[in-house]
Amino acid sequence: MQLTNRAKQVSNKEMTLAEKMYLPAFFSGLGITISHLFKKKVTIQYPEVKKYLGPVYRGHHVLKRDEQGRERCTACGLCAVACPAEAISMVAAERKKGEENLYREEKYAAVYEINMLRCIFCGLCEEACPKQAVYLRHDRMVPVFMERDEVVYGKERLVEKMDDRYVRANNSEVKATPTEPSLTRAAT
Amino acid sequence: MEDVKPQLLKVTIDGIEVEVEPGTTILQAARKIGPEVAPPAMCYYQPLKGSGGKCRACLVRVAAGSAKDPRPMPKLVASCLTAVQDGMIVENTTNPQVVDARNGIVEFLLLNHPLDCPVCDQAGECDLQNFAFDHGKVTTRYEEDRRTFEKHDLGPYIQLHMTRCILCYRCVFTADQITNKRVHGVLGRGDAAEIGTYIEKAIDNDFSGNVIDVCPVGALTDKTYRFKSRVWFSKPVDAHRDCPTCSGNVTLWYRGEEVIRVTARKNEWNEVTEFICNTCRFETKKTSDWTIEGPTKISRSSVISANKYRADTIKPSFGQRLAAAEYKQIHDERDTSQLQIEQLAPERFAKVLPSALEPEP
Repeated sequence: MQLTNRAKQVSNKEMTLAEKMYLPAFFSGLGITISHLFKKKVTIQYPEVKKYLGPVYRGHHVLKRDEQGRERCTACGLCAVACPAEAISMVAAERKKGEENLYREEKYAAVYEINMLRCIFCGLCEEACPKQAVYLRHDRMVPVFMERDEVVYGKERLVEKMDDRYVRANNSEVKATPTEPSLTRAAT
Repeated sequence: MEDVKPQLLKVTIDGIEVEVEPGTTILQAARKIGPEVAPPAMCYYQPLKGSGGKCRACLVRVAAGSAKDPRPMPKLVASCLTAVQDGMIVENTTNPQVVDARNGIVEFLLLNHPLDCPVCDQAGECDLQNFAFDHGKVTTRYEEDRRTFEKHDLGPYIQLHMTRCILCYRCVFTADQITNKRVHGVLGRGDAAEIGTYIEKAIDNDFSGNVIDVCPVGALTDKTYRFKSRVWFSKPVDAHRDCPTCSGNVTLWYRGEEVIRVTARKNEWNEVTEFICNTCRFETKKTSDWTIEGPTKISRSSVISANKYRADTIKPSFGQRLAAAEYKQIHDERDTSQLQIEQLAPERFAKVLPSALEPEP
């Protein structure tokens, strides 16, 4: 049975004199090693340098605001029920008079928490959301955490800041800008 | 000779034969067969006399009127009001005309319905959601403005969102038949028809809370439960207590350790048979008030059973049906001959297992 065409026939025939000396093989191997010294390095100095993650990367969650800066999330709970890891929990509250510029619908999420240890970044919450409120950023990863109490992300870390808005290009051909252009390697 | 027992009538619904007593409606006969055959009902409510015939959701085609007169009925009939006759043949989901008509009914019911399901407390246990999910289209063709109303407080417990109402009259029948004085009703006619109390008046009666349970949509909702939770976050538990005014058999909805809502028990047709009083519904929300009987039986396909794990978990079939509908054949260019399991040559095989080569007796 043959799975690929790359199989080589092995033989047990006598080695020639050059092969018996081993030196040519030794030097050709050394040559490969030395040539790598002059090639481009593949290691990236994360977290100082960040790699371009690609247009469909699913990273840090963001709770979107609309054009007028009102929170889009209405605490319908569809993201939580869609979440296979049960990472999302929320508490809803009713919008009061005078808060119309803060929240888009008459109900809003007073508490919205994502447990980043549970989250598997599948993006089902984004798919389930009927209000286009939750997105997984394609340009930013969830930062490394050291303590357990840093793991549950509340609204203060999820709701998008108005000076740092998240826009996703509709066309997947368009390359999104890397997070920090100066630090990203200009290799590509 | 006299027949003491009434003669049973034979009806065929979707090819399934059932024998029912005279006076039964087509809908009840279909429910006797089972939930696969039963037509949906938005306004018909078995415990309430006189309900039905308004929403047209249960339309069926009668292919043969009776054994004596086997002509088909000229138009689709409302199965909740049409009585069966001997030898009647009914087509429910087997007839494309019926499926098409239901599609149109969903569209009509959703014309003025606001589609604010993410905000609505009824979402997840809403008859209209189920009906639209099973029989409706995914998109809407309606472009005009929907009619809107201000939300009303009907007393301290009940809130009315007239925008969501589909005018099924169930709450009117409930108030007439369960409570001793009805103070709300349908005002106006046609497009202007709305549920209201005419003058701002509180619905104040011991059994008034039942209008919340009978409402097929989120038009009448529990103010004490408003925005507290979503139904699929809460866990329903059957419980009872000694109540002087009602049967005391209820369903408690838990979120964590806290009872966030008390409702009457619903049967498999989503109907309440034992109406409960307002004291049970709104004022006794402590676990210590109740005797717990055990978890409520919830259909596995219901969203209420999402994220709740039990030994008898059966996955809802919708995902599989969707996957089957979306399935695309992949053109597989691999050399399939290579995938065959190769049989050892007989002379080598015999060494390992000589008995296998002998002819079978």
